[in-house]
Amino acid sequence: MTAAPEHAPKMAQAGFAERIGPWMPVLLVPVLCVLGFLAIPNTSSWLTLTVSGLAMGMMIFIMASGLTLVFGLMDVINFGHGAFVSVGAFVGISVLLVLGHMTEAPSLMLNLAALLVAVVGAMIATGAMGYAFEKVIVMPVYGHHLKQILVTMGGLIVVEQLIIVLWGPEEIYINRPEALKGAITFAGAALEKYRLVAVAVGLIVFGAMRYVLRRTKIGLIVRAGVQNGEMVEALGYRLRLVFVGVFIAGSALAGLGGVMWGLYQEVITAHMGNQAMILIFIVVIIGGLGSVEGCFIGALLVGLMQNYVAFLEPKAALISNIGLMVAILMWRPMGMIPVVKAK
Amino acid sequence: MSDPILTLDGVFTNIAQYHILQGVDLQVPRGQVTMLLGRNGVGKTTTLRSVIGHWRARQGTIRFDGQDITRLPTPAIARAGIGFVPEDMGIFADLTVEENMVLAAASGPIDPGRLEWVFGAFPPLKTFWKSEAGNLSGGQKQMLSIARAMVEERKLYLIDEPTKGLAPAIISTMARALRDLKDQGASILLVEQNFAVAKALGDTANVMDDGRVIWSGPMAQLASDAGLQEQLMGLSLDAH
Repeated sequence: MTAAPEHAPKMAQAGFAERIGPWMPVLLVPVLCVLGFLAIPNTSSWLTLTVSGLAMGMMIFIMASGLTLVFGLMDVINFGHGAFVSVGAFVGISVLLVLGHMTEAPSLMLNLAALLVAVVGAMIATGAMGYAFEKVIVMPVYGHHLKQILVTMGGLIVVEQLIIVLWGPEEIYINRPEALKGAITFAGAALEKYRLVAVAVGLIVFGAMRYVLRRTKIGLIVRAGVQNGEMVEALGYRLRLVFVGVFIAGSALAGLGGVMWGLYQEVITAHMGNQAMILIFIVVIIGGLGSVEGCFIGALLVGLMQNYVAFLEPKAALISNIGLMVAILMWRPMGMIPVVKAK
Repeated sequence: MSDPILTLDGVFTNIAQYHILQGVDLQVPRGQVTMLLGRNGVGKTTTLRSVIGHWRARQGTIRFDGQDITRLPTPAIARAGIGFVPEDMGIFADLTVEENMVLAAASGPIDPGRLEWVFGAFPPLKTFWKSEAGNLSGGQKQMLSIARAMVEERKLYLIDEPTKGLAPAIISTMARALRDLKDQGASILLVEQNFAVAKALGDTANVMDDGRVIWSGPMAQLASDAGLQEQLMGLSLDAH
């Protein structure tokens, strides 16, 4: 065998188009904002709609982030994810009703404390429910997509009926905590306080998820598992345990999203999770299955699109997000930020 | 042979309706490089995947370091001290080289001294430490795949065709790295189609055909006997 020549690799300088390529999906959000600004004649209306769209997007992201990870990590299509949204909303709102003296007090601290208790309660309930759901419903159908769809939809129906048994069939109307009612005026635009809170919570959740996924070993295992679970196991990691953890965390986040979505709409029903699933699936698909960053950008695009189009042409609002999904999939068939899966 | 580190005794493995392994008997001596040779499709990769637990042996036993691992889950087998380099390299393309290596150090932070040794064997990995693994060349990806197994000390390395499709210069780098590993006393079960590499590295050889081992013996004996090579594999190593 001859001696190897010196191996001195060099990294070629990428061109502008190559460098900007990965950031294109991120740029879509400001591009859509600018398009909205050009289409909406009134600046204050545009600002109000933009904040509203971002708030809606953040809440959809919170609800959808768990689903995209579950799909990416274990190839499980969970049509029952909406059940966690509904249960989270009902548990959280029930807690808020019990803490009525705190939510009705004109104190921001008391209001936020009540909201925190409600959110924690909802997340614990939906996290525990997620654990049971995974053990009883999902685990027996690993690797069988059709069965997963059928059995998780069945699980969703059962949970919806249980909500009706426990809370009754009627819609429950909600009063937001006192300090979160009303709006503040900025540059002539009325910005609802609750929507600003929703944007802040969404950013915190996204930041926390990114930190865990990018800066911790468990995040590394999850990201690697999404790409090649078999190899992660060959390195000695029990991916099954990681998956259960992700399923529980995803369910708890859906519960958080449910509380926030309920307060956003000021009404909750047993079917609210099921209804939200359409938007959730759109976001997960256009983001790229398994991609948290893609899910985040997709959710913002869906929220902004829905609000702008509803203002400009209300009849088109229903199909605007389907149109968005079609356009993005024609551009990037695997979603905006596809996860590279092992063959 | 004294106390082999890995023993396969009558192992049968099916993939769907196909009976791939049909009674594999194999021993890997400690501190040696054991070659697994044979034509394509005779069950070499399936043998490695059965050992690591990716495919389950339906019959027979696999013993590693005195422990029956036949029914253990893959993570437990890996944690028992087996490093696996699959044929498709199994790198995590969206993760950086550094993240791939950190993940491979399953028992804790990477030992700096060992990392320097790995960099010595595969210098490009140091150059591209912060780059996404998916952007590496084929040879660099293979280096990363082997480096991941090397980053922690393992009792046994299962390595599947590490030189497949690589340029001669990179093959030499691979061969040097595997020799380094061998010199440190590692036990290696190596599937290799490049006979020059097999001849240079192998201590013992096992030739497979039709899902079973049909010949075992010293690599030197196989390498020096063109008639035996013709008889076992239908070709002569000298032709390569």
